[in-house]
Amino acid sequence: MIHFVLLISRQGKVRLTKWYSPYSQKERSKVIRELSGLVISRGPKLCNFVEWRGLKVVYKRYASLYFCICNDQEDNELETLSIIHHYVETLDRYFGSVCELDLIFNFHKAYFILDEVLLAGMMQETSKRTTLRLIAAQEELVEAAKEEASSLSNIIAQATK
Amino acid sequence: MGSQGGFGQSKEFLDLIKSIGEARSKAEEDRIVIREIETLKRRISEPDIPKRKMKEYIIRLLYVEMLGHDASFGYIHAVKMTHDDNLPSKRTGYLAVTLFLNDDHDLIILIVNTIQKDLKSDNYLVVCAALNAVCRLINDETIPAVLPLVVDLLSHSKEAVRKKAVMALHSFHRKSPSSVSHLISNFRKRLCDNDPGVMGATLCPLFDLVNADPTPYKDLVVSFVSILKQVAEHRLPKSYDYHQMPAPFVQIKLLKILALLGSGDKLASEHMYTVIGDVIRKGDSSSNIGNAILYESIRCVSSIYPNAKLLEAAADVIAKFLKSDSHNLKYMGIDALGRLIKLSPLIAEQHQLAVIDCLEDPDDTLKRKTFELLYKMTKSSNVEVIVDRMIDYMISISDDHYKTYIASRCVELAEQFAPSNHWFIQTMNKVFEHAGDLVNIKVAHNLMRLIAEGFGEDDDTTYSQLRSSAVESYLRIIGEPKLPSVFLQVICWVLGEYGTADGKHSASYITGKLCDMAEAYSNDETVKAYAITALTKIYSFEIAAGRKVDMLSECQSLVEELLASHSTDLQQRAYELQSVIGLDARAVEAILPHDASCEDIEVDKNISFLNDYVQKAIERGAMPYISENERSGMVNMSNFSSQDQQESGQHGLRFEAYEVPKPPVPSKVTPVSLSSVTDLVPVSESLYARETHHITSVGVASDTGSSGLKLKLDGVQKKWGKPTYSSPASSSNSTSQNPVNGVTKVDVATTVNSKVRDSYDSRKQQNEIDPEKQKLAASLFGGSTKPERRTSASSKVSKASAGAADRPQDSKAAIVPNKTSGEKTNQQPPPQDLLDLGEPTVTVAPPTVDPFQQLEGLLDASISSTVSPSVGAVSNAPDIMSLYTGSTSSEQRGAGGYIPVTGDNLNLLSELSSAAAVRGTTGETNAAPLSLSVKGANAKDSLEKDAKVRQMGVTPTSQNPNLFRDLLG
Repeated sequence: MIHFVLLISRQGKVRLTKWYSPYSQKERSKVIRELSGLVISRGPKLCNFVEWRGLKVVYKRYASLYFCICNDQEDNELETLSIIHHYVETLDRYFGSVCELDLIFNFHKAYFILDEVLLAGMMQETSKRTTLRLIAAQEELVEAAKEEASSLSNIIAQATK
Repeated sequence: MGSQGGFGQSKEFLDLIKSIGEARSKAEEDRIVIREIETLKRRISEPDIPKRKMKEYIIRLLYVEMLGHDASFGYIHAVKMTHDDNLPSKRTGYLAVTLFLNDDHDLIILIVNTIQKDLKSDNYLVVCAALNAVCRLINDETIPAVLPLVVDLLSHSKEAVRKKAVMALHSFHRKSPSSVSHLISNFRKRLCDNDPGVMGATLCPLFDLVNADPTPYKDLVVSFVSILKQVAEHRLPKSYDYHQMPAPFVQIKLLKILALLGSGDKLASEHMYTVIGDVIRKGDSSSNIGNAILYESIRCVSSIYPNAKLLEAAADVIAKFLKSDSHNLKYMGIDALGRLIKLSPLIAEQHQLAVIDCLEDPDDTLKRKTFELLYKMTKSSNVEVIVDRMIDYMISISDDHYKTYIASRCVELAEQFAPSNHWFIQTMNKVFEHAGDLVNIKVAHNLMRLIAEGFGEDDDTTYSQLRSSAVESYLRIIGEPKLPSVFLQVICWVLGEYGTADGKHSASYITGKLCDMAEAYSNDETVKAYAITALTKIYSFEIAAGRKVDMLSECQSLVEELLASHSTDLQQRAYELQSVIGLDARAVEAILPHDASCEDIEVDKNISFLNDYVQKAIERGAMPYISENERSGMVNMSNFSSQDQQESGQHGLRFEAYEVPKPPVPSKVTPVSLSSVTDLVPVSESLYARETHHITSVGVASDTGSSGLKLKLDGVQKKWGKPTYSSPASSSNSTSQNPVNGVTKVDVATTVNSKVRDSYDSRKQQNEIDPEKQKLAASLFGGSTKPERRTSASSKVSKASAGAADRPQDSKAAIVPNKTSGEKTNQQPPPQDLLDLGEPTVTVAPPTVDPFQQLEGLLDASISSTVSPSVGAVSNAPDIMSLYTGSTSSEQRGAGGYIPVTGDNLNLLSELSSAAAVRGTTGETNAAPLSLSVKGANAKDSLEKDAKVRQMGVTPTSQNPNLFRDLLG
């Protein structure tokens, strides 16, 4: 089973964390510190797996973002690698050519999508279409969506004020 | 894009994220976050916050917590938000609580009620949100509150709900199996669900159940096989395809379950052979997921009842993995080899050079996996090479976790397969020297025992040879700085027992060494204790042999220092030393007979030899011993304490009146035993041999009579304060017996293993090229004999020998994959969402000079130096158009092909752009326009996004020039 999912930027900044096993806040910071050092320092040609405290961390770099999943020693690493890619593809479809900024500003949406892909540390849905349909259904109910949708000009106005 | 890409938050929040993005140090980031926490604390407790604002505050809290700060002040607001009727708020509330809280948090109890209500909701989306929270937050205490509701949802009309209900039930099963044990049949039912998503989710709990006990599920073998067959034949809806593979995640889950069900079951396995063969045949080794399935099939094949055909197919796949240039596949190949080697030992032989390449690879992960494999194929003929390699690696790393692990592996292998005692001792010395503090103390005791006893069958001369070689090696090592404590203990003990035994070294030489050591490690009391006892032994051997003892002056001062030590244990030992030296040869001989460490010592637990003494004392009017039970009944002390515990255990209030306190009866036992101790000590000095040990160690208990109920020696040991008291060196002949008896050696296990391994016995290796590698291979595998293997091997080796070391070869090998993968991708059909090549002309970007471009060039300089040939070719192309075509082909790879053979081809895009930036040929060649040229349909969106973000001023400043890059190349 998956113990946690981490997204770290190349500078070591945390972009998303999801914990499926209980870790205290203190342990979490420690894990993040330890792993970001471990993962970011690895060269590009090496394998995408790191054995760590008796568990296994599978990571993959997309542009400047590292996606890490930590799971049990016995799990299939290539499958985990595919889970990461599956998630990124789902994000990509949702955001429309996803980039790091999308995840920075809409991290809660990334969480919602992750919750539809993984549940309780297991893969719950392997169809991108099903996942996105459910997310879309949830968002249709967001009344505020109208405002958000038309907010492009607002934001620009706001930001340039 | 619309609502999805829009940043629907307030300026304040955007500013926060922006400023954190631009923070140059962790300290600066922390400062910003702390300021944010202050703001939020103030704002969130204001009355009448509009819902939308509140939602944003909660999301900001999430952000703060994600960055590692404490946001616990806001938890309660997140909980409150789950009560909200408005779905978006509720959803945000649930997201927040699942991220904030673990299932043991006190606030959970406030959420359970809401969850119950939401699980009954008419709106399936509300139910979904609640089920997500159930999986995370419901613990074994609260399961009963929601269980019936969740079970009802298993037959909900929406598949999304059924799926989540299955997962929820699964999480209950993991947290408390007994609570749902009566509901397990539901999983079987859901396996036949119409919706493939629900069926796929059901495989998760079934896997766990089968893993725990496969027997009740044997009847499902046929169903699993037929599901796998249908999936492999592409019967599931297209949306479950992943990179052209039919529902690969489901296939993998099924293979895992089949592996468990078929393990050691011939009948069940026979059902599976065909379908597994099909899966392997259909396996697509050019994609990551295809390889994942292939790997899982190998695991399955190696776990079920063996079938020759399948083993062959698996071996072929492994060969493909190992020959691949991707580190990932090599890793998987090594792992798979380790699994298959148990069934067909010969298979390793073909791959010996590949294995050695992996062992010498700079990648730690791969190296460790290879050690794992070597560990599995160790036998007595190659143990020396393997353990030597392991130790070398152990010395080179600093990761304590893995060091401990590999040290224990070394010890295990050395104990099982050691070809000679001498080698064993040398090996153990190395392990202790470099990882002494990490190995289990038992290992040290084992080593001492081995030196004392030998391996069993040898005659006396080999014994003494073994011992003197041990003594020699320790005398050499002893001078090294900073040896681990455990190792020093072993050294002291061995020097004390055998330092002077062969007559090569004089007593004063050995004692001098021991004194030096005690001085050098004066902080370590255990070492000092071992050292002083070793001194005692050496002096007494001298006395017994009739030689005159003159103590060295440093020895004298050591003893004096210890006589005044704070540690009673050290004091005791020093006094023992002093008194032993004062005795005559006959007496000493009886106390510490030579070479008696292996003799068993009978311990009279009832200390019956003291009966006379006790009797006399009672006659003189001493109090008889009262056993502890009686004592506690009398004093009632324990009752009080247990009552206290009860009170602190219950949280609630107590309503009955307190009992009337009874005055505690003062214990009369303690003073008696105290006095007895004081007059025991002088007595012990005049007694001989074993009695000494008994009396002193029994100490307090001796007066308290013969009831024996509580008089276990280890209990006494604690009373004396030092756990070392009864450890091996404490007093010569009585000593080593205790710990050694606790340790059981594992020789038995060897026979089984070695039988299997010996079946592929060593044949002479005769490859001509690169002698060193050959030699290693030969020593590991015992040589290969197959001619066709030799040729391919030699070609590989010749490549390696061209560059003297291994590194050049690595780099050479690394070049190959990119080429091949490039070719492969070009052959693939372009996915539909690709742009046609005409479009890019529209997108040539306006600005001529961009601060970005330079930044990018700077940052990516490192990457561009490693640009792979295919990319390099593209960047050399003269005009921008060819750049775009280059990018499309790489896009093909990302979206359609996804062939991560090299692990980083998704960086292609960034490399492309950086290469272009370095050359500086065109105006704007950063990733944004590239990506939009790539994404065709989304071109406009991306442009807008780009412009918008720019106007917000988020990026151009610094740090994160990669922000605009699409994650998917």
